[in-house]
Parts: sequence; C-alpha cells; structure tokens
Amino acid sequence: MSLLERLDIIDRRWIFLLMALAVSIPIIVSGMTGKTFPESATPTTQTAFDTIESLPAGSKVLLAFDFDPASAGELQPMAIAFTRHVASRDFDMYFATLWAPAPPLIIETIKSVIVAGHPHMVYGVDYVNLGFQAGNESVLKVISTDFKQSFTVDARGTPVTSIPMMADIKSTEDFDLIINLSAGYPGCKEWVQYIVSPTLSGDHGTELKLVAGVTGVQAPQMVPYWPRQLKGMLAAIKGAAEYEALVNASLMEANPGLIISPVFNEAQRRMAPQLFGHLLMVSLIILGNVIHFSRKRAGGTAVKALRSTP
Amino acid sequence: MSRRALWSLVLAVALVLLAIRAFTGPGMGRSYVSDQQMGFVQSADGVWEAAPDGVTPTISWTAELSVPPRVFYAANAKDPKQTTVHLSLSRTLGLWAAAFFTLAILSFLYADNPCYKVAEAAVVGVSAAYWGIVGVWDVLVPKLGGALLPLYTKAHFLPSLTDVTGNWWMLVPLALGLMLLCRLVPKVASVSLLPLAFVIGTTAGLKFISFTEGDLLAQSAATMKPLYVERLGVDGALDLAMTVGASLKQTLLFVGVICALAYFYFSVEHKGVVGRAARVGIWYLMITFGAGFGFTVMGRIALLAARFEFMLDDWLWLIDPSGKRVVALTAGAGEVLGQFAQIHSVSVW
Amino acid sequence: MTRQIALIITFVSGFAMVASAFFKPVEHWGEDVAEWFNVLAAIAFVLGAANLAKVHLEKISSRSPGWGYSGLTIFFFTFTFAVGLMKLGVHPMDKFPAVAMSGEKDAEGSAFWWMYAFVMSPLTSTMFALLAFFVASAAFRAFRAKNVEAALLLGTAFIVLLGRTFAGVVLTGWLPESLSFLRLENLASLILEVFNSAGNRAIIIGIALGVAAQSLKIMLGLDRSYLGASN
Repeated sequence: MSLLERLDIIDRRWIFLLMALAVSIPIIVSGMTGKTFPESATPTTQTAFDTIESLPAGSKVLLAFDFDPASAGELQPMAIAFTRHVASRDFDMYFATLWAPAPPLIIETIKSVIVAGHPHMVYGVDYVNLGFQAGNESVLKVISTDFKQSFTVDARGTPVTSIPMMADIKSTEDFDLIINLSAGYPGCKEWVQYIVSPTLSGDHGTELKLVAGVTGVQAPQMVPYWPRQLKGMLAAIKGAAEYEALVNASLMEANPGLIISPVFNEAQRRMAPQLFGHLLMVSLIILGNVIHFSRKRAGGTAVKALRSTP
Repeated sequence: MSRRALWSLVLAVALVLLAIRAFTGPGMGRSYVSDQQMGFVQSADGVWEAAPDGVTPTISWTAELSVPPRVFYAANAKDPKQTTVHLSLSRTLGLWAAAFFTLAILSFLYADNPCYKVAEAAVVGVSAAYWGIVGVWDVLVPKLGGALLPLYTKAHFLPSLTDVTGNWWMLVPLALGLMLLCRLVPKVASVSLLPLAFVIGTTAGLKFISFTEGDLLAQSAATMKPLYVERLGVDGALDLAMTVGASLKQTLLFVGVICALAYFYFSVEHKGVVGRAARVGIWYLMITFGAGFGFTVMGRIALLAARFEFMLDDWLWLIDPSGKRVVALTAGAGEVLGQFAQIHSVSVW
Repeated sequence: MTRQIALIITFVSGFAMVASAFFKPVEHWGEDVAEWFNVLAAIAFVLGAANLAKVHLEKISSRSPGWGYSGLTIFFFTFTFAVGLMKLGVHPMDKFPAVAMSGEKDAEGSAFWWMYAFVMSPLTSTMFALLAFFVASAAFRAFRAKNVEAALLLGTAFIVLLGRTFAGVVLTGWLPESLSFLRLENLASLILEVFNSAGNRAIIIGIALGVAAQSLKIMLGLDRSYLGASN
C-alpha cells in the first residue's frame, strides 16, 4: 500500500490529534512568551472603532450581549474591548440581553472592566445592567417605541423608573449608539431589522447607529448590511484582535506610559492557535485533493490499461 | 499489550501526574475567594443601612468574591495569618467539575463512552432548568407577579417595586400561558392551539414588516446605487486609481446581486441570457459559501482555543497568559503586584 | 371550533402588529401584543422544561434503552431547577436585607450560579468547540476541487483562512504597494465586501420575499399548516 493510499484511509482520530496539537502548542508558546502578532484593522473593524470615537461626550450607549458561554470564546474578548472603549470615553452604558444565558457574562464584563478599571463609575448613574428579557424580536418591537414597557426592572430587580440614568430613555432612539454582540438568533440581524432600519427613512429624526461584534459563522451573512445599516462590524476572533489592538493603541496614546494588562490581549493571543489551526486546515484540504486526484489518475491509467488489453 | 491495557496504563500515568501536580508546589486547579462582611441595621424610619463600625448588625452575612490566585499569594505575603482571602472548596470542586466535563465531551473524539453520555445528560438537564428558572425570575415574577399580585411580589421578591397598582391586561398572557401548558395533558392538548395561533400571528405580523423594510427594501436600495463612484485624493482632486477601484467594486457587487437573484428565479428556464446570468450567479454563491466556510472554521477554532486555554491556564496552571498567578512566579514583588491584583480582580471561570 | 378561533386570533394578532407600524395612534397595539408575546415566551421556557422532564420520566418508567442517563438528566434538571427556584445561596439585596428572596438569582456564589459556571458553561462551549475537529476531518475527506464551482469555493476558503491570519502577511506581505490589492489580507477583505456581500444580499432579498409572502398567507388564513391536520 502506497503512502497516499494509507493516508486516504487514515483513522480520523489522527486528524483530531493533529488539530489538538495545532491549537494547543501555540497556546502554550504564546502563553509562556506573551508574544502576539501585529494586527492591522480591516475596514469593517476600523469603521466600528471610528463610529465610537466620533460620538460626543455624554453619549448613551446600549450594549446588547446576545450570546452564551458556547460562543464566549469568540465574543467575550469583543465584549471586553467594546466596554473598555466605551468606558474610557466616559459614555453612559446600558447593558441588556435577549439571550437567557448571557446575564452572567454581562456581570463578568462589568466586573473586569468597570468595577476593576473604572471604580469611580456609579451603578445607575454611569452604567446599568438591565438583564434579560424573553421574547426575541418581539422585545425589540416594544423597546423601539417604549423601552420601559419591556425592561421594567434591572437585573437586580430595581424598577427602571427609579434608576437615574433611565430617566431620559423612552425608546431605543434615545441611544446614540447600540453595540450588539451576536451569536445568532436573536442577534445582529434582528437589531438591524427592528431597531435600525425603521430609522433610516428619515421620519424618525436621526438615523440610529449600530455597531456589532459577530461570530465567524454569522460574519459573512452580516456584511451586506455594512456600512449602511451596520456602521461597523468585528468579524470573528480576528475582528476582536484587530479591535483590541486599536483600543489598546488609542488608550496608550491618550495615556503615555500606560501598561496594558495582559487580560486585555486575549483575542490577540488567540491569533497564534488560529494561525496554526488554519494552516492545518489548508494542508488537510490540499492533501485530501492530492490523494483524490492521484488516485483518480492511477484509476484512470489502470482503466485505460485494462481497455487496451486485448 | 492489548489496546485496553495500553489505554488503562496511559490513563493511570496521567492520573498520577495530575495528583503529583495538584498536591505539590503551587498546585493547580484551585479557586480562591475574598470574604466580604455585610452587616445591616434598621434606622428609626425603617430603612435598612450598612451597620457602622462598632455596631452589632441586626442582619449579617459573608459574601465570597472570586479572586485570582495572585491575590491570595499577595495577601499571604503581607500577613501569613490572614483568613480574608482563602481557598474556596466549592469553587475548586467546580473548577475540577468543569475540567472533567470538558474532557468528557472531548472524549467523544475517541469514541462514544459513558463519560460523554453523562456529560450529555448533564448539559440537557441543566440547560432546560436554566431556561425555565430565567423565565420565572426575569419575566414571570416581575411582569406577571408585578402586574397581578403587586403587593405580594413587592413583599417577597421585588421590594423596590414602586408601581403597585397592577395591570389586569396581563391576565391575557397568563390565560394564554395556561392554555399552552395544556399541551402536557393529552385530553385538553387541543386548547394549546390558541396560544400557538397567537404566537404564529404575532410572529407573522412582526416578520412581514421587518423583512420587507429591513431586508427587501433596504438591501435593494443599497444595491441600486450609481456604478460610477468618485473618489477624491487628499488634495481634493479626482483620484483616478481609487475611483476606478471603487467603481469596479460597485459594479461587481451590482452584477453579483442581479446574477445570484437570476439563479434563484425559477419561473423562467435558465437558458440564454438568464442561463448565463444564473451561471455567474452560481460562481458568486460558491465564493459566498467559500467565505462562509472559512469564517466557520475560524469560529470553531477560536472556540476550541478558548477551551484549551481554560484547561491549560485555569485548571492545569501550565500557562499564565493573563497573569492570574503572577505573584507566585515572581516572589518578592509584593506591593506593585498586590495593586495589580486588586485592579484586575477577575473571577477564575 | 377551536380551529376557527385560532384563525381569528392569528389574524387579529398579526394585523395588530402590522397596523401599529403604519398608524401612530394604534402604535400601542403592537407594544401590548408584543409584551403579551414576551410573557408567553417565558411561560414557554417553563413548558419546555416540563416537557423535557415528562419525556425523560416516561423513558425511565418504561425502562427504555439508556434510561439510566435519563435518570441523570432528571437529577441535573431537578437539582438546578430547585436551587434556582429557591435562590439557594443568594444573599438578599443590600437595600432590603430583610427580604430573603430579593437577591439576584444567579448571584456569584449561589448554587444556581455554580451550575451555570461549572457545568452548563464548560459543557456547551466544549460541545461547540468539538466541531473544529469534525470540520477538519470532513474537509480532508470531502472537500474536493472536482469542478469550477468547487474550485471557486475551495480557493475562496484558502484566501479567507490564510488572509485572516498572520500567514497572509508572511506569504504576500512582500508585494509592492502598487500590487497591494493582491495581498491575501486585502483579497480576503475584497471577497468579503464584494463577492460575499453580493451573494448573501441576493439570499437576503430572496428570503425576505419569501417571509413576507408566507407571513401574509398565514395572517390571511391561506396557510393553516401550523394548526396541524384537520379533524
């Protein structure tokens, strides 16, 4: 049996092992050295960053965490980076979600970014956690005209009517920007359809701005909405790494001498296992094709030889 | 040596190594917490407030907040007898349970096995209960309870509820909800058609508007744009290369949408111009699926990397990319690292 | 009779939503109906949980294959549901320490939080991560450039996979500025923004047409398939 034939019938568990090594070895190396690859922002990421940068002081930003622990590997670094950026600009932050498993992820983000890095910020005045609401797009339909009808209490059970920073919020149109972290349904598409699109006609005054961070599976499907209905988009872990680099650079520029904690390089660190995982995928596809075509050719030659035999 | 014996040996060696690592040196897979004493007294006007120093609180408890190991090391370096920051048995157990479940799921890669099945049973049971509980506490209690039994809800669950006038319209979803639960009883299951009809009707009404406005019209408008896109340079003059590039992109986009739509249009036979357009449309769609495949792979590998990082960092303590245990590695760095630990007190999981 | 009432409910609830989008004075119709829907969705969560318990209890009582695992499912379900409902380990809100059940259901340190953080979270994320292995195996076995279409799909995947990592910079970073559009990272962006955008836009428009037509049919009672077989 030739090498190619052996490879053709190889036990798939060897491929699994290769994938495990391709991902884990770079994690160990980058984890020990702390080194990351340089990142340059792609247009969708850059426009997301620029949209937040262009907001005036005192802007109100709604951060919708529509994901769960299953996709946190991709989206949590984006959530951290977005929150850091928004918090560093001293915008008012409103956290909410349409995904039942997301509230602990919101609390985690608030703890690691706001409580740890911006202890001067006051709950209810500078940021609020509105928690989860059931109903998917139906919630969006309600909050597009009456925010407090759907989000009656915050995650702690406090009525929103007694939260100071909720006083000016009547509907989603009162936000200057919506940031959505989306792992599927309901997510970015629904925010585009129910919240942003109705404001594009001009009948509602100003157009509502939406920026999103989406999983790899969703990214290609959301691109058609950019840049009109979606002002910016972080596509998968690469988008997160690019955005993280942009935020870190802008914070270091604003605060010379600032040392960025390694906690905030998570996505950039992940680009190492990503690189080797992708290289393995490409190699496997090429190898699979080489085997296929060489066997086809060999089969073809054999058939020809058979046919030419009297 | 049989395959079974070989695997048993590998597993035994792994367990011994794990035990050695867990119980020697800095160890592994430990979770620490910081105790926070909470004490409250009631003022003369009935309002509860934090008990001042020296006053015995009427109600008190100890809250435990997760801290990274470095906070424990720093606290011990400062005062070896301190008990405020300490090992949490329940969370350490949790960390090991998380590691076990991770390995149990990964074990499916080798072959289906009882460990995987246990993990599968756990995820189904816990997820279903999680969604149910979230529904109860986040929606039913504040919305149904707050509207139909406001005083009871305020007294027991939502003490900060201000509007206790109630809202009897909430009887409608309650009635529909009860009808929905009739699904569980075969004799009266047909009643559940009514809430189902409500859900279908509402969804149809919602989607009719949103898909027409947000997708059909907005996406068509985004396509129907001038194919000539002018780009100006920094000096304000026409940048020819940029203009050609942008116009070409817009043309390719326009052609692509039309051709891909032609492929989806089955009312005419795909012959002649329509056939050629449909063929180009297929090419566009193939590129689209290729991009989709590439991004899907990217997403899956990112999730795998996150799991491996959990195992190597949080559980095995082989790497420390975010400096969770940095004090242990650089003994004597006391003060600075202590501050760092306070600033970045993120929980372990 | 039930079917007739169901059709009327579908029509009324559907057109309440549509009317609220077109007529400002009846905007609150849409809000109210949507809010009822949200409450109903939460009740559906409970129904889902109860249904799961029912299915597994039936499996246990009939001793069907794998009933032991059904027992485990019921154990995990009951335990999580009970600790969540009782808010076991949850401290009251700071402002209302006398109201025992006023704290957040998933407060850090509570039993419900423990189940989320150490059971549900690692299990669901590892299950999703598992797909990386199967995608690799499937790509090796089935991803063949057999014709032009397959070659296009494969070529695009290569460009995206390489262009979205540092491999793109290593392989094509040497290209001069005048040919920078050929660098893998730029090609990946071009594919995403132009070709992928065109393909997905056509799909979006097609789906939108289908959804709008189907929604109308449902609201008008022309499509009654959701009511099941006629009795």
